[in-house]
Amino acid sequence: MKVVYTDVLVIGGGLAGLRMAIAAKRRGHDAVILSLVPPKRSHSKAAQGGMQASLGNVIKGQGDNEDVHFEDTVRGSDWGADQAVVRMFVNTAPKAVRELAAWGVPWSRVRRGDRTVIINGQKVTITERDEAHGTVAQRDFGGTKKWRTCYVSDGTGHAMLQAVGDQAIGNGIPVHERAEALALIHDGGRCYGAVVRDLIDGELTAYVAKATALATGGAGRLYRVTTNAVICEGIGHALALETGAAALGNMEAVQFHPTGIFPAGILVTEGCRGDGGLLKDVDGHRFMPDYEPEKKELASRDVVSRRMEEHIRKGKGVKSRFGDHLWLDITLLGEKHIKTNLREVFEICHHFLGVDPTKDLVAVRPAQHYTMGGVRTLPTGESPTLKGLFAAGEAACWDMHGFNRLGGNSVAETVVAGMIVGEFIADFCDDPGNEFNLPTGVVREHVEREQAKLDALVASRGTEDASALKARMQEIMTAKVGIFRTGRDLEEAVAELQQLLQRSRNIGLRAHSPGANPELVTAYRVQRMLKLALTVAYGALVRTESRGAHYREDFPRRNDAEWLKRTLATWKDGETMPTLDYEPLDVMRMELPPGWRGYGAKDYVDHPDTPRRQAEVEALKQQYAGDRFALQRALLRYDDLLPARLRGRNERIDEPLAGTGRAA
Amino acid sequence: MSESMNMHVPHRIIPVVAAAADGTAASVGTGGKIRIRAMRYNPRDPASVPHLQTYELEQAEGMTLFIALSEIREKLDPSLQFDFVCRAGICGSCAMVINGRPGLACRTLTKEVGPDITLLPLPGFELIGDLSVNTGKWMRAMSERLQAWVHMKEEELDLSRIEARMEPELAEQIYELDRCIECGCCVSGCGTAQMREDFVGAVGLNKVARFRLDPRDTRDDDDFYELIGDDDGVFGCMSLLGCHDVCPKQLPLATQIAFMRRKMVAVGFK
Repeated sequence: MKVVYTDVLVIGGGLAGLRMAIAAKRRGHDAVILSLVPPKRSHSKAAQGGMQASLGNVIKGQGDNEDVHFEDTVRGSDWGADQAVVRMFVNTAPKAVRELAAWGVPWSRVRRGDRTVIINGQKVTITERDEAHGTVAQRDFGGTKKWRTCYVSDGTGHAMLQAVGDQAIGNGIPVHERAEALALIHDGGRCYGAVVRDLIDGELTAYVAKATALATGGAGRLYRVTTNAVICEGIGHALALETGAAALGNMEAVQFHPTGIFPAGILVTEGCRGDGGLLKDVDGHRFMPDYEPEKKELASRDVVSRRMEEHIRKGKGVKSRFGDHLWLDITLLGEKHIKTNLREVFEICHHFLGVDPTKDLVAVRPAQHYTMGGVRTLPTGESPTLKGLFAAGEAACWDMHGFNRLGGNSVAETVVAGMIVGEFIADFCDDPGNEFNLPTGVVREHVEREQAKLDALVASRGTEDASALKARMQEIMTAKVGIFRTGRDLEEAVAELQQLLQRSRNIGLRAHSPGANPELVTAYRVQRMLKLALTVAYGALVRTESRGAHYREDFPRRNDAEWLKRTLATWKDGETMPTLDYEPLDVMRMELPPGWRGYGAKDYVDHPDTPRRQAEVEALKQQYAGDRFALQRALLRYDDLLPARLRGRNERIDEPLAGTGRAA
Repeated sequence: MSESMNMHVPHRIIPVVAAAADGTAASVGTGGKIRIRAMRYNPRDPASVPHLQTYELEQAEGMTLFIALSEIREKLDPSLQFDFVCRAGICGSCAMVINGRPGLACRTLTKEVGPDITLLPLPGFELIGDLSVNTGKWMRAMSERLQAWVHMKEEELDLSRIEARMEPELAEQIYELDRCIECGCCVSGCGTAQMREDFVGAVGLNKVARFRLDPRDTRDDDDFYELIGDDDGVFGCMSLLGCHDVCPKQLPLATQIAFMRRKMVAVGFK
């Protein structure tokens, strides 16, 4: 039996995984990263438009700060987020941008003087301040009050991944590429690492670690039409689920991005609309102002996606052989802007649609985009029910996104959570109380069990085809667990997914080639993906309300009285369904009590505590008027939740810091 | 790779039903057929012999090589090895030799290179199997050798302070070189790299040029000379411009190499 020992095992080589490993390494702990692919090919790279951080450098971002970012994020989440975690996030995001700036990310910068921008379809001249010249620039994104999204042209994730990946190399952190975790090694509520398969030679190795961190990204490939990379199959989620100990939070919260190019589903960034692009229908009519007079194309993604589908249902879509779609019009932005700030969009349109977006309209339709749900963690990133297991980024339900995340907040979460959780992992490793004595038999049993499963699949004379099962699952998820959901559709989805799960135990392989064998990979993954798909569909069926991206046509109102709570799913060994539990959100501890989001439906059922908390909040606002920091502290304490080195205020042009800047 | 290498294994032609965009179940054919001849070889199988295998598919609207190869693996030949990740032309996983020219398979439309398409793995990299090569291992080794990360000043950053300012044009210039996706096309298109195993390639030289441009990196030309001032570095380039021709991101590779050579010559003559 091959065994690798390390302090920290990070599963996933995207931004969150890399950043956690760097944090641990800098604190003196060895880290090994496992990655399905070379880390710079991770899906973090696909974040095009930018990263939210309230720097407030550009003139349209003036007045922005953590408080505004906080409110936007909580409203975006439809009050599903953990507000203390949102506070930790918004306070660290500017620090993350500044760290990345020092690490070499070529953030687009502010240029002093006049420039022409498109706002609400009109050309407007704005003037950037002299003192902002050369600082990191921000663009507009959906669901935000201020221009807050820091960007590198429209290759933000790419540039961030280059810099963080390079720093991981500079820190001498080994990345075991083309390695796939098959199971977490755990015993008695403690996680000890993972059983790992080499995707070149097919051999198994046990990785034993003090701390194990999942940073495996999302589960978009549960769906047929998704912007996600082909590796985003939710395997990290499934590994946690299969422990029976760790819980997944809010898996029914699935985001659909308004502008997947049609029909391939490849993303074109929200920056297209942020920079002034418009959505149009078959008649060339700009329809979003009809539905969302306040935010128009720049309401939150869940709202815009629903309005688009609603408009298509009214017969206003453009017919094509693959179905109906709508148009994204960025021609008004001009060739220079598109080829400078939206150049990936230009390339994608050119290569995949054969159109020139400086002159032509772009066919778009909402596509699955983001998995808000994930491994439920404490603010430290650790699972509350499986000691030594951490999670960060899209794989986690840390929970700063609730039921809908804002554009620009996910790539921000990867590095922010990577910084914060990485520090807590280092603390965890520092603590002598977390040393363990592990019988080698536990490791051996885990490896043998996984080897036996693989051997059984290879030897099986089963009649089911793994690819066909996967395709059917993706079809069900897109058709019945999509943007508009009903009890009837969801019941059918759950029933058929259960059948598929049953059938997946009878998979037979056609290919028996030595090595990793891609068909074998599909086979063992689809068994896990089906469990995850069931967790999504069943969670959606039971949640009889609409919140954020989870929209029930038969229960169209947000119902805080009954559903202001987080879904927790576990999977007991041998079961065919997840077990659902719920974790209530405490209105009395909310800094921003539930209300209207500022866009979307105004119709919701209040929680009984809401008026009382609202009154408390109003009183505190009166008491602390004029001191936003004191007010914030009175409303919600969070700074003690942050690692010491990440506490403290953020300097802005309009908010200079006194002294060294170290003190809060 | 010639067809004559195929003599040990019968040349098989397998038909497949139509595929739709993104490998969806809808079958919207456009009538024509395409034939994909792919190199097959599994180094982990002692019985495997390198050969070309032909698959016949129905052409479909918007079909890319990603869609076509996925279709082959799902419906025809589940053992075929290849690499795709983003399938949007941004991650660099899927570079292969397409009709004799290195390129990104995911954004290559079959109608533009068909109906007869020959696919070979990228030369210059360790073969994993069929069309899959280990570019990641090569890139990591190159990055370690060239110390390809921003070498910052030692003192700890004060993250609460406003970031250091940078001219907008300089940021754009750095990003222009930072757009490299490490796909390996430039290495496989390079004469020197085929002859000299340790040549760092245009990808490596471009990285050094990028760090040289970056004021946040504390290294100077003397430092860079230590890294690339030899025949495995910038003086190994024969200026055949293959890298420049095949770069899927249209990076100005030849210009950067020429510029770096001039700078390194200046150090060498000091």
